[in-house]
Amino acid sequence: MRDNGALSLRERLMLQLLVLAAVLAVALFVAVRTVAGSAAEETLDGVLGAATIAVADELRGGEEGVSVDLPHEAFSILGSISEDRIFYRIAVDGATITGYDDLPLPEAARSPAELSTPIFYTTQYRDTEVRVAVMQRVVLAGRLSTAVTVLVAQTRAGQAEIAARVANQAAGIGLGVFALAAVLSILTAGSVLRPINRLAEAVGRRGPSDLRSVDHPSPAELRPLVDALNGFIARLRAGLMRTETFIAEAAHHIRTPLATVRARAETALRKAETEEARETLRAVIRAVEESARSASQLLDHATVVYRSDRPERESVDLARLVAGLAQNFQPVAGLKDVEIHTEGVTAPVEVVGDRLLIEAALRNMLDNAVKYSSPDSEIALVLSRKGDEACVEVADRGRGLSGGAQPDLTRRFARGANVGDVVGSGLGLTIVEEVAAAHGGRFELAERKGGGTCALFWVPLG
Amino acid sequence: MRAVLGAIGLMLALATPISAFEIEEDTRFPAIGGSEHALLSVLSTTDTDVLRPVILAFQARNPGITLRYTVANSQQVYSAIADEGAVYDLMISSAMDLQMKIANDGLARPLHSSATDSLPEWARWQDLLFAFAQEPVVLIVALSALGGTSPPRTRRELTQLLRDHPENFAGRIGTYDPEKSGAGYLFVTQDARLSDTFWRLAEVMGGLDPKLYDSSAPMIADLKAGRLVLAYNVLGSYAAPRIAQAEGLAMVELEDHTLTLLRTALVPRSATAPELGALFLDFLLGAEGRSLIAREAGLPPIDAAALAAKPHLRPIRLDAGLLVYLDAMKRRAFLEEWQAALIQP
Ligand SMILES: Nc1ncnc2c1ncn2[C@@H]1O[C@H](COP(=O)(O)OP(=O)(O)OP(=O)(O)O)[C@@H](O)[C@H]1O
Ligand SMILES: [Mg+2]
Repeated sequence: MRDNGALSLRERLMLQLLVLAAVLAVALFVAVRTVAGSAAEETLDGVLGAATIAVADELRGGEEGVSVDLPHEAFSILGSISEDRIFYRIAVDGATITGYDDLPLPEAARSPAELSTPIFYTTQYRDTEVRVAVMQRVVLAGRLSTAVTVLVAQTRAGQAEIAARVANQAAGIGLGVFALAAVLSILTAGSVLRPINRLAEAVGRRGPSDLRSVDHPSPAELRPLVDALNGFIARLRAGLMRTETFIAEAAHHIRTPLATVRARAETALRKAETEEARETLRAVIRAVEESARSASQLLDHATVVYRSDRPERESVDLARLVAGLAQNFQPVAGLKDVEIHTEGVTAPVEVVGDRLLIEAALRNMLDNAVKYSSPDSEIALVLSRKGDEACVEVADRGRGLSGGAQPDLTRRFARGANVGDVVGSGLGLTIVEEVAAAHGGRFELAERKGGGTCALFWVPLG
Repeated sequence: MRAVLGAIGLMLALATPISAFEIEEDTRFPAIGGSEHALLSVLSTTDTDVLRPVILAFQARNPGITLRYTVANSQQVYSAIADEGAVYDLMISSAMDLQMKIANDGLARPLHSSATDSLPEWARWQDLLFAFAQEPVVLIVALSALGGTSPPRTRRELTQLLRDHPENFAGRIGTYDPEKSGAGYLFVTQDARLSDTFWRLAEVMGGLDPKLYDSSAPMIADLKAGRLVLAYNVLGSYAAPRIAQAEGLAMVELEDHTLTLLRTALVPRSATAPELGALFLDFLLGAEGRSLIAREAGLPPIDAAALAAKPHLRPIRLDAGLLVYLDAMKRRAFLEEWQAALIQP
């Protein structure tokens, strides 16, 4: 399946779904982190801003200048949200009144209106990064309106801790989503591919000569493929049929003129005067016989091939069939003083199959037995049940197979080395084997004990 | 002995050029085993005699460490580290606000050990500042001045007592001068924060001509000599062993609230042997150190269960709120208010 190095549909689908899931999980992680991070910053900024306002509210003017009574609660609450370090500075015109006098003011100048509420910025202070809230209040100091800047700064270890905790949770959620998506993608891949698998199975289960069109239920996406396949099958069947019809017609067309040739040659033979001419005419007659035989076997074979495609499924009584054949062959056998003994034909033996085909097979077996028998011998024609199969045995006391192997003898147009001057086309056993296969049975050809040949034909019982 | 210590102090002062702060005691505990491997310098507000058994036990556990123990008052200890660049590996102080400022200003080194991590939340700040003793701030009163009643249990009762018997107390009340004593300042600011009755009490005390002290020793001495009948805001752990023999003095933990001071330690960022400082801190916080602190030093070690058993004990909160009272402007404003209440014409 994988020999061309391409990924299977299932792998491809799962891979893409997993990649999608991974992307989603990462996106979720980033989104949760960012949102939670900024939410945490906003919350902490809110508290820092409130503390700054509380400090600004304690600013007082007066004759001696600006003073401030730092509110304990503001710092305490700031410290209780997270144990962060706190710095503050209260300045007038850049001159520090109290607090950490190196705490940096905002870089950009701000208008008094902007600074009436806290503005936040992040900056480096001493050994650490701090978040600063800055605002301004105007107080009357020494009868002058004085703008006082209040800065309250806080390290953000607490925020980093919240962010880390949220990141862990987000990672957990991401992993969970990914795991869930992985499971779902396996299930999805399975359910998406099920119709394809079913179709492939149904097509794969077919026998080599099953040329029926595919009518397996399939999803709309597969319809074009199935239609194409059916079109292909139909063309193939039509092509095959044309060929077989052509062969049958050809054989038929050949047989008629051959009969004429043969009749003329026999007349000529009777009138011939020289031994040489007679010899030639006998060779002509023999060749014509062979051709005629070939033509009729070809016709039979074509029929077999054509019908094997869709064999008739009818009930066939082998006993009657075998008995009838024995009767038919009696005259031919009589010419050679060969006797045909039938056995097991008194009770019906029913099989399901195509009567015409089975008859063609048995006829060829019997034909061989008679053809290759020695004069004045016997042929046993035995019908029996063996397990869930019926078996027709044709056993002669003829020349045997002389070591010819069954596969060699059943090939098309293959004839044994033992044929001598017996006329034949080499298609007989091919027909037998094809019929056996079409019925789910089998054929066996073997040397018979005590001389001769034994041919066995099995078909499943109906 | 004092002369010897003084000589050592002088020698050390000469050897270390940056000892501009005022050293009260400077003691060298030579390493056990004789051969000196490492030097651990501790700067502390706690008297050498108090921690001596603990130091000796620590050295017995950790041979090869010579310990230099320097004592100064809390302001000096603070400025030694904050302003003068003195180099010490551990800094112990009872001035929680100043310790807090050292930690807040980034002058402390983060520490983690099983001992520091197992401290309750209220007994540490971040991973920088760690408390090893919780000491109630108490009232000491002479039974003779009570006029036959039992000692007051709250500030309200105390105020009432002073109002009812001014003749017993006039000129014989002692407390810290918050302007001169860091501990005194911390105690009154926390009192003011925790209770409304404090200011009334201060006014009543102010009307009785109180005596103000820079440190505990003379206050205890005056109590024992009978020159004082009431001392407000005294460290119980310091006073208890000193008034044990004196008859007729009662130590009272006021039930409306009794401040509980946390004695804290930190490893300064400038430490040259911070791992030794951390080692000594771990020893103070560990099981052996705790029992030595309780038994030999007479300081109550950190114990959440003991606090829970006495709900009136309020450990002073180790948080950024402490910084507020260090603000120069705030300090000035507070002291003005305090003076207005206490120092009456
Ligand atoms: N009963 C038999 N005894 C001896 N040889 C046999 C017998 N049956 C078949 N053979 C051998 O098998 C070969 C193939 O048989 P097959 O029936 O296919 O061809 P054929 O008999 O030669 O020609 P035809 O197509 O006219 O039957 C024969 O040529 C023959 O050599
Ligand atoms: Mg044949």
